Amino acid sequence: MSIYIEVLISVFLLIGGVFLLIGSIGLARLPDIFTRLHGPTKATTLGITGILLSSMLYQSFNQGTLSVAELLITLFLLITAPVAANMVAKSALHRENPPLPRTTGQDLIPKARERKPADAVEEDA
Amino acid sequence: MSFFPMPFHSLLLFVVWLLLNNSASPGQIVLATFFAISIPLLVNGMRGEQPKLKKPWLAFRYLLLVIYDILVANIQVAALVLGSTKKLRPGFVAIPIDLSTDVGITLLASTVSLTPGTVSTEVSEDKQWLYVHALHLESEQELIDEIKQRYERPIKEILGC
Repeated sequence: MSIYIEVLISVFLLIGGVFLLIGSIGLARLPDIFTRLHGPTKATTLGITGILLSSMLYQSFNQGTLSVAELLITLFLLITAPVAANMVAKSALHRENPPLPRTTGQDLIPKARERKPADAVEEDA
Repeated sequence: MSFFPMPFHSLLLFVVWLLLNNSASPGQIVLATFFAISIPLLVNGMRGEQPKLKKPWLAFRYLLLVIYDILVANIQVAALVLGSTKKLRPGFVAIPIDLSTDVGITLLASTVSLTPGTVSTEVSEDKQWLYVHALHLESEQELIDEIKQRYERPIKEILGC
């Protein structure tokens, strides 16, 4: 393996590692469940992609054959991450987890929970 | 009954099987062909109405746009996460949608979750509103316009609905 390939692999590994770390920091630092969702759905897609890209390069150059299974993992991740985030957000709505007090548009939360249209007139309970 | 009820899915299964095994040896090709024929025959009866891809070329362009936006989203969210969390102004926004198919809405909701600072939380029962949580909300109207312009319009064109 030439030095250039090794550098390239290291760069991808570093990028991946940094973004995964930032995603985890986000999970720890952000104040409420809804904001915490943002870390894992975004920072990790790029992080995992970086690590998979370096794995792909390493395998391809190490074995001399193109290794593309990693692309599939990325694809599956892109399909499943939003669905998982959506389910977490949904259950947070139903468990009535309080959002951060300064969150704007909180009047939309009950409507979202009941899956009512946003322009529905408020009914008195 | 046709031998290939779902030609596109057959092709997809064939390619994915070979990719998963990372080989194109004769044995794997036979196995891939077997799956590509048998699985669609088994599941065809369970399918609902599927919209047709009206403009595949636009779909490819949309994919590139989303990949680019994911890159930008990652860097933006990283900056927000590492910055002061006291400055964050999270918010819920209801986005009016006029996509008529479930596939379209799913595509839009997934894209919204993957791209800058937003996660889709819920869709109203009448499929007219998408509830979105934004990590840092500058202007509600701006966000709505951006999502409608950047993502909803191409999805509408691609699916032709």
